Amino acid sequence: MRKNYDRSLKSLQDEVLVMGSMVEKSVLRSVEALKNRDLDLANQIIAGDQDINQKRFDIEEQCVELIATQQPMAVDLRVIVAILNILVDLERIGDHAEGIAKITVMIGNEPPVKPLIDLPRMAERTAQMLRDSMDSFIRRDVELAKRVCDDDEEVDNLYNQVFRELLLIMAEDPKTIGRATRLIWVAHNLERSADRITNICERVAFVATGHMEDIGASKY
Amino acid sequence: MNMNSIFKSSTDDNSRQADSGNASSKLRMQHMNLYYGSFHAVKDITLQVNTSSITAIIGPSGCGKSSMLRVFNRMNDLIPGASVDGLVEFDGINIYEPGVDVVELRKRIGMVFQKPNPFPMSIYDNVAFGPRRHGIRNRRALDEIVEKSLMQAALWDEVKDKLGQSGLSISGGQQQRLCIARVLAVEPEVILMDEPCSALDPIATLKIEDLMRTLSETYTIVIVTHNMQQAARVSDMTAFLMVDDGHSGVLVEYGPTSEVFTNPRDKRTEDYITGRFG
Ligand SMILES: Nc1ncnc2c1ncn2[C@@H]1O[C@H](COP(=O)(O)OP(=O)(O)O)[C@@H](O)[C@H]1O
Ligand SMILES: [Mg+2]
Repeated sequence: MRKNYDRSLKSLQDEVLVMGSMVEKSVLRSVEALKNRDLDLANQIIAGDQDINQKRFDIEEQCVELIATQQPMAVDLRVIVAILNILVDLERIGDHAEGIAKITVMIGNEPPVKPLIDLPRMAERTAQMLRDSMDSFIRRDVELAKRVCDDDEEVDNLYNQVFRELLLIMAEDPKTIGRATRLIWVAHNLERSADRITNICERVAFVATGHMEDIGASKY
Repeated sequence: MNMNSIFKSSTDDNSRQADSGNASSKLRMQHMNLYYGSFHAVKDITLQVNTSSITAIIGPSGCGKSSMLRVFNRMNDLIPGASVDGLVEFDGINIYEPGVDVVELRKRIGMVFQKPNPFPMSIYDNVAFGPRRHGIRNRRALDEIVEKSLMQAALWDEVKDKLGQSGLSISGGQQQRLCIARVLAVEPEVILMDEPCSALDPIATLKIEDLMRTLSETYTIVIVTHNMQQAARVSDMTAFLMVDDGHSGVLVEYGPTSEVFTNPRDKRTEDYITGRFG
């Protein structure tokens, strides 16, 4: 029964995975570019955000078409509604990565205020959360989704740590204020990205259970 | 209120009303079974139909939707060999109790069928048919009833200039609305509809659906439909029926339409409404 319809639904979810991995790469590379002062890579990320936006519109269009032509019901409907929401979160995470790349370009060749250790760690945690959230979506794994939300705390803690450290640096040497503030923006972008991922996890729970619930309220 | 008048002799029934559970429940079945001879067609149905709401009965063909619908106004009495047990209540009164006036019951609980079936007489006479049968002869009174009923059925504007024409001369969609007007003319409380749109084109179908929504402010409507989208569009509550291993129709799930169509509790409902059944 409904083989073509099932195929469309499956390909829709595959497309979300593709977009998820595009965004994940963008997050990791944005911090890599920052760390290595790689302006080419930063510019690539900024340009690449267009592709992510385009992907979002393509998938959204497919969702609308499925709704209009196939009248999806029950879990199928929940999957599509979840995807429409997940797309927004993914796109915004992509924007945060683009933001980091823009900051990197802005920083250019200014001398570093500190060695970058916690920011790459935040980026890695965030990327891992994103991967897991995509996994939980495909597998309808609410337990995994909940664990991802728990991981958000780790990112929040790293954010705190980076923030305090940079405050100290600025207090000690006001000449660093401009540069340190930019790094705070970077940390903030990563922290917001992780929050977005917890939204995705809530959609996973919705698909699986039919209920909207706040499974991972962030401290920030 | 004239609640007791479905009894041929209205004697001892006030007490029964008092203990009739939920005040907003218009119809109620409890462990209702329907047999055609030895064939157990519908099995152990328990549900309540709320006042001023639309309840849809959906399910694969042959699962007993029409049979179940006919139980509500004892239309199965007309089928030789058909028998019903369990409790079936209308306004808290057991309609299968001896002494129930079936003619009065069917006036209170009207029915619209799959194929529009206007009588071979004028549009006016179609609508006036029921009231006349119930003893109304006064022309002015009849005029009023005919106009009001056709208005309620959203047909008045289309036929007001040709009330003398045959009921069979109008389009299928108009004929179905005429049949609804005919039911409304006897001032029922409940309207049972058995796939009322299956012979109609999509536009006529949407008109009837819209009409149903309007009517549900005043009437309690139970509709059988094989069209799930229609159930999703018009109803407040949805009952999903399916046959069990013994080919008897059973109630698989009953709940608010919004829930049944977004998050059904039973896997069989899920499979049916997502089109993965069978
Ligand atoms: N008058 C009848 N006499 C004997 N069997 C009947 C009669 N009407 C329906 N049935 C049987 O009862 C079952 C349910 O039929 P029905 O209520 O018409 O289902 P639905 O409306 O869901 O298609 C079917 O197996 C059908 O063959
Ligand atoms: Mg039927």
